[in-house]
Amino acid sequence: MATTDTGLGRTSRDTWLYRNRIKLAPWLFVAPALLFFAVYVIIPIFQSISISFYEWNGLYNAEGESTAEWVGLENYAKLLDDERFYVSLKNNVIWLVFYMLAVPIGLAIALFLNQTVTGIRLYKSLFFFPFVISQVVVGLIFGWFYNPDFGVIGSLWKAAFCEETINIVGNVTTKCSAPPPDILADENWATFAIIFAGLWPQIAYCMILYLTGLNNVSPDQIEAARLDGARGWRMLRHVILPQLAPATFLAIVVTVIGALRSFDMIAIMTRGGPFGSTNVLAYYMYETAISEYGDRYGYGSAIATVLFLIMLVYISYFLWRMYQDEKGR
Amino acid sequence: MTFSLKKSVAMLALSTTVSTAALAGDLVINFDDPNPGPKAGFEAAVEAFKKANPDVNVTVNINDREAHKTAIRNFLSADAPDITSWYPGNRMAPFVNAGLFEDVSDVWDANNFHEDLAAIKPTMTIDGKQWGVPYTYYQWGVYYRKDIFDKLNLAEPTNWDEFNAAAKTLMDAGVTPITIGTKYLWTAAGVFDYLNLRINGYEVHNDLTAGKIKYTDERIKNVFMTWKDMVDAGYFVDNHATMSWQEAIAPFANGDAAMYVMGNFSVDGYKNAGLTEDQIDYFQFPEITPGLARAEEAPADAFFIPSRAKNKEDARKFLAFIAQPDIQTEWNNTIGQLPINKNAQVGDSKFLKEGFETLSTASGLAQFYDRDAPAQMAKAGMEGFQEFMLDTSKMDAILERLDKVQDDVYN
Repeated sequence: MATTDTGLGRTSRDTWLYRNRIKLAPWLFVAPALLFFAVYVIIPIFQSISISFYEWNGLYNAEGESTAEWVGLENYAKLLDDERFYVSLKNNVIWLVFYMLAVPIGLAIALFLNQTVTGIRLYKSLFFFPFVISQVVVGLIFGWFYNPDFGVIGSLWKAAFCEETINIVGNVTTKCSAPPPDILADENWATFAIIFAGLWPQIAYCMILYLTGLNNVSPDQIEAARLDGARGWRMLRHVILPQLAPATFLAIVVTVIGALRSFDMIAIMTRGGPFGSTNVLAYYMYETAISEYGDRYGYGSAIATVLFLIMLVYISYFLWRMYQDEKGR
Repeated sequence: MTFSLKKSVAMLALSTTVSTAALAGDLVINFDDPNPGPKAGFEAAVEAFKKANPDVNVTVNINDREAHKTAIRNFLSADAPDITSWYPGNRMAPFVNAGLFEDVSDVWDANNFHEDLAAIKPTMTIDGKQWGVPYTYYQWGVYYRKDIFDKLNLAEPTNWDEFNAAAKTLMDAGVTPITIGTKYLWTAAGVFDYLNLRINGYEVHNDLTAGKIKYTDERIKNVFMTWKDMVDAGYFVDNHATMSWQEAIAPFANGDAAMYVMGNFSVDGYKNAGLTEDQIDYFQFPEITPGLARAEEAPADAFFIPSRAKNKEDARKFLAFIAQPDIQTEWNNTIGQLPINKNAQVGDSKFLKEGFETLSTASGLAQFYDRDAPAQMAKAGMEGFQEFMLDTSKMDAILERLDKVQDDVYN
């Protein structure tokens, strides 16, 4: 087939397509993915950025024309003066910092589970289990856990500070010297409570990354280190950890991204409440643009653009690091 | 005769394409409540319409309420049905202003609706024109545990002193006066609206939601001061910020709380929680400013014609049809709410009878804070109410913040 005569005195071997086939093949395979990535990711990013310069309630009029009105940088100016925006930004930072706990805790559990004991596979599965559950379910379960009326925290509190009595209509009720803590309704604690819930699956994820990393730790080096008298902490720090660097890098990347895109747990557990104090940028954007009381597409897009820029800084850094690593090899 | 699966699927596909195509006499209706009661009421009305208009081929799409709220922005401009359900008041304003809803004043003119639906006319009107036809509304007020009140020899309070005295008696007996769940915010707006309507009246409610009065205005501050007294005295249940309105029924059903400021749709919830009709009763939110004309909260649901509808002629027939007294009577009997047409019959539940009495003698009907105020203001306002209920000392900061939002929203 490839060698048939084209009738012009040339065979198809001479065509440009044939000569460049090695270069073209990868692009051919990547093309579908690129197309979808462009349509569903790249183009929407630029659309959001452009919408952020308009004041728009998301409606097209009967003629199908957008009702958007150009306001330039006004949405961004409003952001600077928006208390809720700063609360969301601050919460994003809190998420970033505390979500990072998943990395060392994941490492600790991985080291602990990296033993040969009967039934270790079962223990590993149990620790990995939370990552398998959907975030929405995790949010629901922790919502109940924190519930002051019937949750674990509420029950413990009641056992300590409340006593059961019979109320005026003869039903059992509890009288407490102090009401049980309503964690998800407390502006100071709610964000931490959600992060704590989010850590549960994230630790499992980091643990798996480290377990795979530990499988690749070279036994010769450990042997050699032992002969040199390294044990415990010194062994971990100077021999094991350096070999786990790729796993650590990956764990940090997924945790940072996980923290920045936190949305579902917040939607399930508090819907940004009480009074917006658990909002993060992603949820605040959803709330202003497309939720029940949101019809400010321009403003929402401005928030999305800010979040995008923050992510861009991180992601570019990580991409750059990865590129350097690949080059170095 | 045997059909292959392929063939029947093909035929099914064919029949759906035919029925969604824009033939004359096709009427597509988008409705927003798949719950059993509302769905049955709507479907019965559609059946009756079909019987009266056999030449019209009606297609209904029943969507989840939340999904409908998101979808309506798209389908009004992209693929408009002939009729859609939506809310009156400020909730319809964006669509009216964008020219996406059809002016249906002619339907009102032709069917004497200006008189028969007079109670709800102001909220269906923008720029002096009517934009839709309502099919139901319901009262708000105070639902209370009659057995607890009887035990403590309490009567239905009619003014603020009696209300406070009753609350004190309840607290002395170890009962929290009022249950509420503010997780989804709008419930707190019900309390705010009633305090505002009773302290300042209907005009102030309308002016506030229209952005003509500041939140730091003395009159609005008075509302918050009264509310502060209630919160600080312990009138409301603890933990309300993590409870939905349904979860807040639990202390009410258990006898730990005695009153609930709510809409009539909640009666079903009380019964599901095990209370009998003898244990619950209803009274109008008591008078606070003596002699002030009494206005009530009465949200209505309505149908609208999108301006891109293909079959506006039959859509107009349908709108005229659903406001007929007999249709409204039957529909509202099914869903346990009140018909708007004044010639319709009210169902015989005692709550509906009292509700009808309450609303038909009211001097004005408010839609509800979140329907009367624009979305952004409503959201900020209701978050403010929740924050205030959790910590009344933040009152001034909250009011100032709401003023700032108001400046942004209304100009």
